[in-house]
Amino acid sequence: MVLTQFLVLGALMFSIGVFGLLSRRNAVTILLSVELMLAAVNINLVAFEAFWNTAAAHGQIFAIFVITIAAAEVGIGLAIILLVFRNRASGNIDELDLMRW
Amino acid sequence: MAWFESVGLSLTVFLPAAGALALFALPKAQENAQKLLALVVTGLTAVLAVGVAANFDYGRSERFQFEVTESWIPAIGARYHIGVDGISLPLLVLSAVVTLLAVIYSWDHWEEPRNVRGFLALMLLLATGMNGTFVALDLVLFFIFFELVLLPMYFMIGIWGDSSKRRIPVLGRTVTMRLYAAIKFFIFTLFGSAFMLLGFLALYFRSGDFLPANTFDIPALIALGAENAFGSGTFAFLVFGAMFLGFAVKVPMWPFHTWLPDAHTAAPTVGSVLLAAILLKLGSYAFLRISIPILPEMAREWAPFIGLLAVIGIIYGSLACLAQTDVKRLIAFSSVGHMGFVMLGIATMTDVGFNASLIGMVAHGLITGLLFFLAGSMHHRYHTREIARLGGNQKLMPWMGGILAFTAMASLGLPGLAGFWGEFMSLLGAYRPLAGLSSSQFQTYMVIGAIGTVLTAGYMLWMLQRVNLGEPKAEWADRSFHDVETTEWLAWAPLIVAIVVIGVYPQVILGSTTDAVVNLARTAFGG
Amino acid sequence: MVNVSLPLVLAATDGAELSSGGFFAATAWIMLLLPFVAFLAIILVGKRLKGLGAELAIGAMGINLVWASVLLVQNMLEGIYREVGLTIAEIGTLGITDQNLSFELGFVVDGLSIMMYWVVAFVGFLVFLYAHGYMKGDVRVPWFFASLSLFAGSMLVLVGAPNLIQLIIGWEGVGLASYLLIGHYWEHKPNSDAAVKAFMTNKVADVGLILGTILIGPSLGSFRFSALNQAAANHSESLEGVAVVGGLLLFFGAMGKSAQFPLHVWLPDAMAGPTPVSALMHAATMVTAGIYLMARTFPLYQEMATDARAIMLPIAVITLFVLGFLALVADDLKRVLAFSTVSQLGYMMAAVAAGGYTAGLFHLFTHAFFKALLFLGAGSVIHAVHSNNMSDMGGLRKSMPVTFWTFVVGAVSLAGVIPLAGFWSKDEILATLGHEGYTLFMWVAILGAFVTAFYMTRAVSLTFLGTYKGTGHPHESPPVMTGPLVALAIPSVVAGLFNIPGVTWGPIGNFTEWVGHRVVPMGDYHPKSIEWDLAAYGLIAAGAGILLGWRLFAPDAATQTARDRLRIPVLYPLLHKGYYIDDLYMKGVVNPIKGPVARAVDWVNAYVIDTVINGVGALTARIGELVYGRFDQQGIDLVLNATAGGTGWAGGRLRLLQSGKVRQYAAGFVVGALLLVIALVIVI
Repeated sequence: MVLTQFLVLGALMFSIGVFGLLSRRNAVTILLSVELMLAAVNINLVAFEAFWNTAAAHGQIFAIFVITIAAAEVGIGLAIILLVFRNRASGNIDELDLMRW
Repeated sequence: MAWFESVGLSLTVFLPAAGALALFALPKAQENAQKLLALVVTGLTAVLAVGVAANFDYGRSERFQFEVTESWIPAIGARYHIGVDGISLPLLVLSAVVTLLAVIYSWDHWEEPRNVRGFLALMLLLATGMNGTFVALDLVLFFIFFELVLLPMYFMIGIWGDSSKRRIPVLGRTVTMRLYAAIKFFIFTLFGSAFMLLGFLALYFRSGDFLPANTFDIPALIALGAENAFGSGTFAFLVFGAMFLGFAVKVPMWPFHTWLPDAHTAAPTVGSVLLAAILLKLGSYAFLRISIPILPEMAREWAPFIGLLAVIGIIYGSLACLAQTDVKRLIAFSSVGHMGFVMLGIATMTDVGFNASLIGMVAHGLITGLLFFLAGSMHHRYHTREIARLGGNQKLMPWMGGILAFTAMASLGLPGLAGFWGEFMSLLGAYRPLAGLSSSQFQTYMVIGAIGTVLTAGYMLWMLQRVNLGEPKAEWADRSFHDVETTEWLAWAPLIVAIVVIGVYPQVILGSTTDAVVNLARTAFGG
Repeated sequence: MVNVSLPLVLAATDGAELSSGGFFAATAWIMLLLPFVAFLAIILVGKRLKGLGAELAIGAMGINLVWASVLLVQNMLEGIYREVGLTIAEIGTLGITDQNLSFELGFVVDGLSIMMYWVVAFVGFLVFLYAHGYMKGDVRVPWFFASLSLFAGSMLVLVGAPNLIQLIIGWEGVGLASYLLIGHYWEHKPNSDAAVKAFMTNKVADVGLILGTILIGPSLGSFRFSALNQAAANHSESLEGVAVVGGLLLFFGAMGKSAQFPLHVWLPDAMAGPTPVSALMHAATMVTAGIYLMARTFPLYQEMATDARAIMLPIAVITLFVLGFLALVADDLKRVLAFSTVSQLGYMMAAVAAGGYTAGLFHLFTHAFFKALLFLGAGSVIHAVHSNNMSDMGGLRKSMPVTFWTFVVGAVSLAGVIPLAGFWSKDEILATLGHEGYTLFMWVAILGAFVTAFYMTRAVSLTFLGTYKGTGHPHESPPVMTGPLVALAIPSVVAGLFNIPGVTWGPIGNFTEWVGHRVVPMGDYHPKSIEWDLAAYGLIAAGAGILLGWRLFAPDAATQTARDRLRIPVLYPLLHKGYYIDDLYMKGVVNPIKGPVARAVDWVNAYVIDTVINGVGALTARIGELVYGRFDQQGIDLVLNATAGGTGWAGGRLRLLQSGKVRQYAAGFVVGALLLVIALVIVI
């Protein structure tokens, strides 16, 4: 039941990520939570890859894509947060409702 | 001169349109250059038309000459087919010459808003439409030229026309004369044209039953008509009726005439002249060119009805003239009566009657054209057209008065002047209408028409008496007026000469038309 | 290019021993054209000439007089017939022949037309000369002479016409000239009214002429008089159906020009023109055009349209008798003469209608001299006293002797006193009426002679005898005016001698022979010897008229005026108003047409026909409004607008979701994902 263990781990990590996403106000923390969720997904991908052991290694390739996108996303996200912080001296996400109707 | 045979006629038609385009190459401010260009173009067109007349073979005037036939819209079998015969030749020359005179007259007579270039361009476009209608030998081509004249005339009336207000009876709306007249003219004519087009299409589709392919070609349809291919059934009845509506509105025949007094009264002088001299002839010409030869049996059947409307028009127009208080409107109504004689001639379905209508058309074109010139020039000087305010014109402007009297005499059909022959020959034809038509009925028309000549004399003389004779009214007594000016002389003298020449020697016109109408009557009705 | 057919030349036919004439007959067209040349020349340069154009008009007329005189003498000696026609139009076949009917212009030179040429040229020349003096210093003198020339030309075209078409042209041409000259003083409305009236009355009659032409021409296949007369003489079938009606229609035309009852109304009013005009046109020449037409087509009435006489003769006799009375009450000297002219035209017409071709023409011939003389005499008087009214005249015998004596000659000639011209010609008419069996009409005509003598005596007496009632000192007119008076007085005396029944003047023959030189024999009655009993009746009537006139209007100033002022009830108003015929026309026909009828038609135009048109327009516009307002705007557009509005509204609500709170979005995201998962689970 190796697969089940990995899936449980992924589920736990994803849930933690979701919790962090919904409960934290600090933008950096939210970003961290998102990373956590992405990592959970990566675990799942790799686990399934290993479990089915396909020659094409789709899971690993997707994991690498996800990591790349996550890196890019964090880069942009941190940059935005940094700029917002510079302008407002606050990382509180709830104060950032400029995009509302 | 082989080149002339082939392109002469096309040039006569399209040169004015080319001139209209060329006008816009000139700067708006250079009015003299524009006038000169228009003069040269219409002058050349007139020369070309006269050239056509000079090279025309009068020995076989019943055949189409200067014929050109080229493929045009193969998909529907419409061809660029033009040519003249003895019937259309005098009208083509009339059209080209009167346009030239109109340009000459325009030289120093402008209505507000001036816009010389626009006005001249419209006039040239109009010339293309008019000349084209008289030479078109394809129904589609004919229709296009026939409709083309509407547009320039619409703008001429609508923009340069009479800007006074008038209250329409019964409806009780107050309208600007020029807008009302222009729209009425356009819509009324278009209304008729729609039916006319239906008739054309019906002929086109039916022609396929007798020919290898459907055709819009007028000579081909005439050849079918000579064999009475379209018969005398419901189909022919409806087709004739549809075309009748289109042509009768244009003539105009009573009771489709009410656009005419308004359009004439509201139009600028030159517009009235062209309207009276040429545009009205398109309808009556179309009867001779299309309706009668293509549907002879129906023509015979409709003849008593056409004759009836014609004589009603004669009496009605004359009586209405007696009630007019506006010189221009009076002249306009006189057209209803005169065109009544033209249509009476056609209704007799005899060669003499057709001849009467043709010489009547030419004479009416010259005479009424001149009358409108005169009315325009007098309005130019008096700034009113109210008969009641005029008087003693003969004293204030002896030449103007003299020409007005001369033209009025010509208009009332004084023998020896052009107007007489049309009336006389119409009545002559009505005495002996086509075999199969009721002689007594047409002889009644003849008597009524003859009474109409008396009424015509009545309103013309009364108008002359009130406008020309007597002492000038107090408001004019101390004023001095320019008598006839140079450009006016130049524009009017040819008309005066033509009225006398045709009056004394009608063969000038009949030499071209007689063989053609004799042939027309013979092929259409046999015998 | 245009076909010009060669002139058609007809020589005498049918064994009539006539020559085709020489140079003067062949070139008679010059005579017809000369006055037109003068007309144009006067219009163009008349103002700049010393005589203001009169010299051109008189010159042209002088040449014509020479021309016509040569022809007259030639015709007396040998008899001329020549007809020339130039086709001016081929008008089609009417489907009845293979040949085109054609219109022609040309001239005919025969006994009848030569007589007319000469009368027109002779009287015309004298009147032009007279007018040169009469019009001195008047308004528009060049135009006056131009119009006179136009008249002369048209009249010659008329009498020279070889066919009905040319006749119509000349006919209306003289009508036009008459209109222009009657209205010469057009500044005053009564004058232009008179001109219009003359034109209109003639136009009414012309309907008859034109319709008659239309009836006869196509039936015959030709408009030529020679063809018509030939056909009539041969009782041709082609004329069978149309002879009577066509003849009557032509006669109706003649009634207008020759002022026959009831179309005479224009002639008295025509006196509004200058007096020379009245003399030339409304006495001597133009008004005789109707008689001329009847004479020109005489064989038609003599041979085929004999039934028409039943209408023609009574009209002529009414004209000569009933209308003569109107001269009794007129105060205007010219109107007296005008009514006299009407009455004399009745004599001529009666003669022609009764079959007296020569008798009618002979009276035309003599009447032209003495009536022109009387008018010119009246003009001379009017010139002197500046009034037309006899109540402003009287006693002019002393101051105007030449005018007086020539006037008396004219009056006596008109009254029919032997041996003056009027006696002979009137006697022939009586003889013709009697011979043809119209005894009643003959007696009426004799009574007419009585009336004639009576009113002429009155006119002479009131004008020249007694004492002068006007103002100023009248003088005799200058020689340029009295000269023509004398020149006209001579033929007024002697012209009758040319046709004394049974008398032939050597080689020149007599009037009967002159006008008998026609291509078709006239076959009319002509007395061979003087019928003394009729002559006696005529003379008695004339004598009685003169005596009664003298008795009533004797030159005793007091009674003369008083008698003339006597207003007999009923009779005077009746005559003074011309039997109310004018009123009937004006109030019964002309004014209603000019007023209510014309307005009614105009009303119909504006309120009925145009209302239909405008109504259709307005209705279409209204339908357009409905279609646009109800269907387009409130129908189709409603759906569209509702869609747009709904979308907008929904957006307005939905946008509230966009709170800008990232965590809300994330929560929504999560919830959504959960729901999807649940849905997935349920579906699977």
